Amino acid sequence: MIEYTCDVAVIGAGPAGLAAASSAREAGAEKVWLIERDCEPGGILQQCIHPGFGLAYFDEELTGPEYAARFYDKAVDLGVQFSFDTTVLAIEKGNILRCLSPRGESLINAKSIVLAMGCRERTRGNLIIAGSRPAGVITAGAAQRMINIQNQMIGNKVLILGSGDIGMIMARRLRLEGVEVVGVVEILPYLSGLTRNKLQCLDDFDIPLLLSHTVTRVEGYPRVEAVYVAAVDEKNDPVLASEERIECDTLLLSVGLIPENELSRNAGIELDAVTGGPVVDSDLQTSVPGIFCCGNVLHVNDLVDHVSVESELAGENAALYALGKLPSDSKLIPVQAGHMVRYVCPSVIRQRSGKSTLYFRVTKPAKHVDLQISDGTKIVWMKSHLRVNPGEMEAVCIPTADLVGPEITINVLPQ
Amino acid sequence: MKRTSVLIIGAGAVGCAIARELSKYDLEVTFLDKNTDVGGDASKSNSSIIHTGYDASPGTLESRLVVAANPMYDRLCKSLDVPFQRIGAILPAFNEEQFEQLPFIKEKAFQNGVYDVEYRSGEDLLNMEPMLNPRVMGGLFIPRESIIDPFVYVVALAENAVQNGAKLILEAKVLDLIREGDAIVGVKTTKGEFLANWIINASGLYCEEIARMAGKADYKVNPRRGQFYILDRDTPCKVKRIVLPIPTKRTKGKLISPMIHGNLLLGPTAEDLSDKTNHDTSTEGLASVAADVRRLVPDIRIGDTITQFSGLRPNRVPAGFNIDVYDDLAGYLNISGVRSTGLTASIAIGKYVAHTLGQVGLEMRLRDDFNPVRKGIQRMVDLSPGQRARKITEDPSYGRIICRCESVTEGEIIEAIRSPIPARSIDAIKRRLRAGMGRCQGGFCGPKVIQILARELGLTDDAVIKSDPGSNPVVRATRKEVSQ
Ligand SMILES: Cc1cc2nc3c(=O)[nH]c(=O)nc-3n(C[C@H](O)[C@H](O)[C@H](O)COP(=O)(O)OP(=O)(O)OC[C@H]3O[C@@H](n4cnc5c(N)ncnc54)[C@H](O)[C@@H]3O)c2cc1C
Ligand SMILES: Cc1cc2nc3c(=O)[nH]c(=O)nc-3n(C[C@H](O)[C@H](O)[C@H](O)COP(=O)(O)OP(=O)(O)OC[C@H]3O[C@@H](n4cnc5c(N)ncnc54)[C@H](O)[C@@H]3O)c2cc1C
Repeated sequence: MIEYTCDVAVIGAGPAGLAAASSAREAGAEKVWLIERDCEPGGILQQCIHPGFGLAYFDEELTGPEYAARFYDKAVDLGVQFSFDTTVLAIEKGNILRCLSPRGESLINAKSIVLAMGCRERTRGNLIIAGSRPAGVITAGAAQRMINIQNQMIGNKVLILGSGDIGMIMARRLRLEGVEVVGVVEILPYLSGLTRNKLQCLDDFDIPLLLSHTVTRVEGYPRVEAVYVAAVDEKNDPVLASEERIECDTLLLSVGLIPENELSRNAGIELDAVTGGPVVDSDLQTSVPGIFCCGNVLHVNDLVDHVSVESELAGENAALYALGKLPSDSKLIPVQAGHMVRYVCPSVIRQRSGKSTLYFRVTKPAKHVDLQISDGTKIVWMKSHLRVNPGEMEAVCIPTADLVGPEITINVLPQ
Repeated sequence: MKRTSVLIIGAGAVGCAIARELSKYDLEVTFLDKNTDVGGDASKSNSSIIHTGYDASPGTLESRLVVAANPMYDRLCKSLDVPFQRIGAILPAFNEEQFEQLPFIKEKAFQNGVYDVEYRSGEDLLNMEPMLNPRVMGGLFIPRESIIDPFVYVVALAENAVQNGAKLILEAKVLDLIREGDAIVGVKTTKGEFLANWIINASGLYCEEIARMAGKADYKVNPRRGQFYILDRDTPCKVKRIVLPIPTKRTKGKLISPMIHGNLLLGPTAEDLSDKTNHDTSTEGLASVAADVRRLVPDIRIGDTITQFSGLRPNRVPAGFNIDVYDDLAGYLNISGVRSTGLTASIAIGKYVAHTLGQVGLEMRLRDDFNPVRKGIQRMVDLSPGQRARKITEDPSYGRIICRCESVTEGEIIEAIRSPIPARSIDAIKRRLRAGMGRCQGGFCGPKVIQILARELGLTDDAVIKSDPGSNPVVRATRKEVSQ
């Protein structure tokens, strides 16, 4: 077994890992090591060949691979070391990574670690969709990989369940490949992805969106022949009288992402029940000292630009930790999800001179609301929004130095 | 045409156990199946329990075979490299009515020769299984109820039979039997005709159809569906032993069982259907599983389910295991009614069939070169770091993880594709290695497995199948030419 040491080890070379690795170098870490199980950098962005990336970060519209390439080039320039085709099997006691690759098994002893493993997709099994078990039921991300990277078409007539971003982007992608898209079915009474994706991916292609409906059953074997779609009641239970058979040969599922935290869980890192990601403080440090976390493994992001910014902070703090320069004595102020807020990340602020960014999502769509942050004694920040949407993450950057209250609460209040 | 000594129809648990048993003798053995892989139908969708037979009907053939089979599994699984664990079962009573049944169930167990069933108090049971419904009044402990990997079990039987000279023919559906006077002498299949001195009907759910071809269908068989949930390994509410409900006249009821690789199994239902191809799950059926198992363990988390499936029991009317040879029809042995305990009984059925064939005059000479040992694919995760390093040095593909949920490497997948009974579909790989059986259900490894299968088998991507012909995940290439 080969054993190595490094200052900062980063797991995953998606946009999160790439940004974290570069900023760790910039913050002074000597040896930064990025480990990626794929043979190429970029993570999920490799298969996102559509434009729409970088509007916030670069003020330019890039494709996924272009966006990732910029961060990869930067990391290479900064002297980050890469191991591709290498899977981290476990994070062992003392922040040691056990890695497996065709070159062998190795242990990497890191002073600090950044988790950037991304997420996986929810499946048919999670949703408990009844019926037959044929070929032709596939998650949207897997389909995207097959079509855009492996040159494989996954069906001829597709129904999409879930109005998340990936589902809508795949609707357009399939249509551009000449595949019939019967429609997008969404159980909620509102869109779950970004509005801009509905306009660009569904409306522009006349792909119908069916809200408050779900798929109740799959029919056909050995290949999908039809799915049954029904309206749902207030409790999201299907109204069977409304069930309708829709012919198709493929059911594409875009029904949510789950942060990929097997490694974290086995390393004893505390996880948040709502986000599925590690509980972190505003340094993006997890409950295990020296392990930091960013990107989709922390909480599912819709815009990669947010991921890059957040990950730079994680990388910087991981470097400071490795150098023994990350202050650990600052006052801790818990952050609470208040009215109409589903979660806030981070869940604790470390009070320092600078600012902290709080990321959060609302529980349901609303128009004309005030986003309000209070520290228990006073409102420390407030902004009016024309509308908010669970599919669009909110990010608020507040100075933390003069927070006095025992805890911070974010509320979204009707005007 | 060449004539083999014995031809077995069906490569499920029963057919494969017979093939392996007969391969110990100086016989030419052929076993065939309509499917693309061994593994059967019911044999790959069941509760994966090796029963003791405590609740069988005393005196029946089923009782004798199941009771005899259970103790064989320790040695068999060691010799065939099959995951098997004696975890034991409990049968808790939650009300007076159930409680009053316990002595009768224990008496029945005794009549079946299962002497080690013991009474346990409610307190004892809660100590054994803290998640159990606290209203438990007492119950039975059945120490030898066990769990197995049913896929690997059937593959292992078949591989060992093939290693010892048995011939396997897949994708050969029997369309008719060939008769000569008072004897059955062969089968007509979709792959041509095959002649044999003895034809054995081990076709499970279809045992009525085959028997009719022989003119011996004096019974009816309908499918009795059982639906299940599988829960994630990390679900917080688990049990260490099989938790059985007090059985009713119709079924053993819906149970909770640990699975051999750490998941939890809930089910099955018992629904009489008529369509033998209906492997659907239904919303109502699954809901009834959820409701019933919560009576045993109230905090069970259905939300942690990673998949659901159903299996079809061959429900014979009149009921019961039957293994028949006929005075007026030579060369034909019929097996029928192997319904709810056939995974367990399979190994004993193999021996029973060999014995029967001997009695009706087939010359049964033991070979001296039979090799009882079959080695499975060594899982990288189970090896020591030193062993892993050696394997990777020999072949670097053992260092590349393809299925992240179950940690399956490319090397292992290639080994399955090149094994004695080659895995030629996504499901065949899944059943041998668990790739795609974990919590992401193949979302990550599925696309990669398609590429590996295509490469290793020399197929285009759109020729790779999930399970049966026509189950191709890829319908065509997106672009005709890819310029590199
Ligand atoms: C289909 C899709 C479409 C999207 N479209 C847009 C869009 O149009 N615009 C936009 O701004 N954003 C979009 N996003 C969001 C954005 O792409 C993601 O938020 C971003 O990619 C998350 O980055 P990440 O690095 O956290 O995760 P990922 O990109 O998933 O990277 C994680 C990396 O970690 C590696 N890894 C995981 N586990 C291990 C391990 N054990 N060992 C080694 N390596 C490991 C993985 O191989 C992967 O490369 C989209 C996302 C998806 C999924
Ligand atoms: C829901 C459920 C739960 C169960 N739980 C348990 C349990 O926990 N423990 C236990 O011991 N048993 C259990 N059983 C019973 C057990 O699964 C079966 O008894 C056993 O698998 C039967 O094996 P088999 O080989 O007879 O049938 P199968 O596995 O069905 O195999 C029959 C084979 O014959 C082939 N075939 C059929 N017709 C033709 C044809 N015309 N030409 C060529 N091939 C043909 C089929 O393709 C198939 O491969 C359960 C069954 C079900 C359905």
